[in-house]
Amino acid sequence: MTGLWTLFYKEILRFWKVSLQTILSPLVTTLLYLLIFSHVLEAHVQVYPGVGYTAFLIPGLVMMAMLQNAFANSSSSLIQSKMAGNIVFLLLPPLAYWEFFAAYVAAAVVRGLVVGLGVGLAGLWFVPLTLAHPLWMALFALAGCAMLGAAGIITALWAGSYDQMAAVQNFVIMPLTFLSGVFYSIHSLPPFWQALSRYNPFFYLIDGFRYGFFGVSDVSPALGLSIVGTCFLALSLATLALLKSGYKLRN
Amino acid sequence: MTGVHDFSAPSVTAAIEIRGVHKHFASLHALRGVSLRVEPGEFFALLGPNGAGKTTLINILAGLSRATQGRCEVMGHDVVDDYRNARRVLGVVPQELVYDAFFTVREMLRFQSGYFGLRRNDDWIDELLHNLGLTDKAESPTRILSGGMKRRVLVAQALVHKPPVIVLDEPTAGVDVELRQSLWAFIRRLNRDGHTIVLTTHYLEEAETLCSRIAMLKQGQVIALDSTENLLRNHGATDVRLRLNPSHLPEVLRPMLASAEGNDFRLSLRQCGELETVMAALREAHIVVEDLEVSKPDLEAVFLQIMGKATA
Repeated sequence: MTGLWTLFYKEILRFWKVSLQTILSPLVTTLLYLLIFSHVLEAHVQVYPGVGYTAFLIPGLVMMAMLQNAFANSSSSLIQSKMAGNIVFLLLPPLAYWEFFAAYVAAAVVRGLVVGLGVGLAGLWFVPLTLAHPLWMALFALAGCAMLGAAGIITALWAGSYDQMAAVQNFVIMPLTFLSGVFYSIHSLPPFWQALSRYNPFFYLIDGFRYGFFGVSDVSPALGLSIVGTCFLALSLATLALLKSGYKLRN
Repeated sequence: MTGVHDFSAPSVTAAIEIRGVHKHFASLHALRGVSLRVEPGEFFALLGPNGAGKTTLINILAGLSRATQGRCEVMGHDVVDDYRNARRVLGVVPQELVYDAFFTVREMLRFQSGYFGLRRNDDWIDELLHNLGLTDKAESPTRILSGGMKRRVLVAQALVHKPPVIVLDEPTAGVDVELRQSLWAFIRRLNRDGHTIVLTTHYLEEAETLCSRIAMLKQGQVIALDSTENLLRNHGATDVRLRLNPSHLPEVLRPMLASAEGNDFRLSLRQCGELETVMAALREAHIVVEDLEVSKPDLEAVFLQIMGKATA
């Protein structure tokens, strides 16, 4: 386990050394969303009875920040190592492929949680928040970060350039997070888009995470967690299979 | 030095065993049935022109690439089926000058130790830093180091787990003379302590001085494999320069003639012992030797001769 622990620690230290870029910058960006949307829409929109728009928005933004940063952590670290050639330092030692996977995913979870915690704490300055079901909140937070951590590894393994990496981030991850109900409840959408949203796993993450705060959600949190859990399992198995085969690493 | 190994005891387990390795890259047949055995404690050179397959072979050995066919073992551990144990006993200095811009030299060495399962390795890390002249750079970020310093860090990284088998893929490429000498002094010391060293280099005088056995690769095939001494004796020509008075070479010596200019004749002898035949023939013909210069064969000449034969 020393190898796994060392790689996990190295990944934590990597993002910590550039925390202005990896923690503070996404924190500020997310808070700007909060500032602008809450200022514009607070008086006009009430999604759940008794829950103001700013309070509704905060869990969605926290989850969005967690997902994007968990993805960014594993994907950027791995693509940089591949492009710079220093991935060889991880390929020469006797690290097992599952240790590689576990270390990258765990570090992605930590970064996601650190950024999410920062956004959540800053959100308290805007509006007081209560936690109706903290365990559900924690489960969705962990599942979301881990899922995106694994997705980040797959993307970085596949990508042959920074451009391809950015394409996935901008054309897949970003739309999926923005169209998952961060800023709205899917019940406010027309039936077609409402039905389509149910094929977006990020929707269940945001919805379930929000349930942890308000005890209200668009779908049952148990159903949401089983869908998210299945997605995480599928992504993990795919990532482990790619790492075991040495896909675009060992040749 | 701490961590001295004794790998010199007679053993049936080869340090490196390569059997019938083929490697295809799309239409390129990069390795064509390479077989090699390196004994424990050897200082072994893998030579060949660019594109001969040296780095491909090393990458297969290190698990960075997979053979299309054939098997490789390091200290008896198959590099595919028993990859964790094979990697534990192997240290590789890669050819490319790679580094991780985020971290200092010491951090890199601690991480590398951890990846090999070593928690507290600071004493050995300090010794490596000292022996490679990196002590004052230990806390420097690797990105600010010069090329030579980065190369030393790569060597240190390959040695953090005290591997019994060390592979150096062109470790002195682009490195100044001073570093080259200190690096070889350190590697020689490791070899004396029992570590098996496999070296690839384009500096053939390095291979000649350091290595007891040499394999030459060309177009993915081993075209020569012998002790350095045998290669020099069997393939190297002893070069003899003579100034003769009168300017005449006896007919019996004509087959040895490599070049002639005025009174100066250059003869190429297959063995040093043929010099006696030359002197006897000159005495018999009453030709006076005014000047004589004998040059021993070097590995560069042997290399060129073997590569030339393989082309022919």
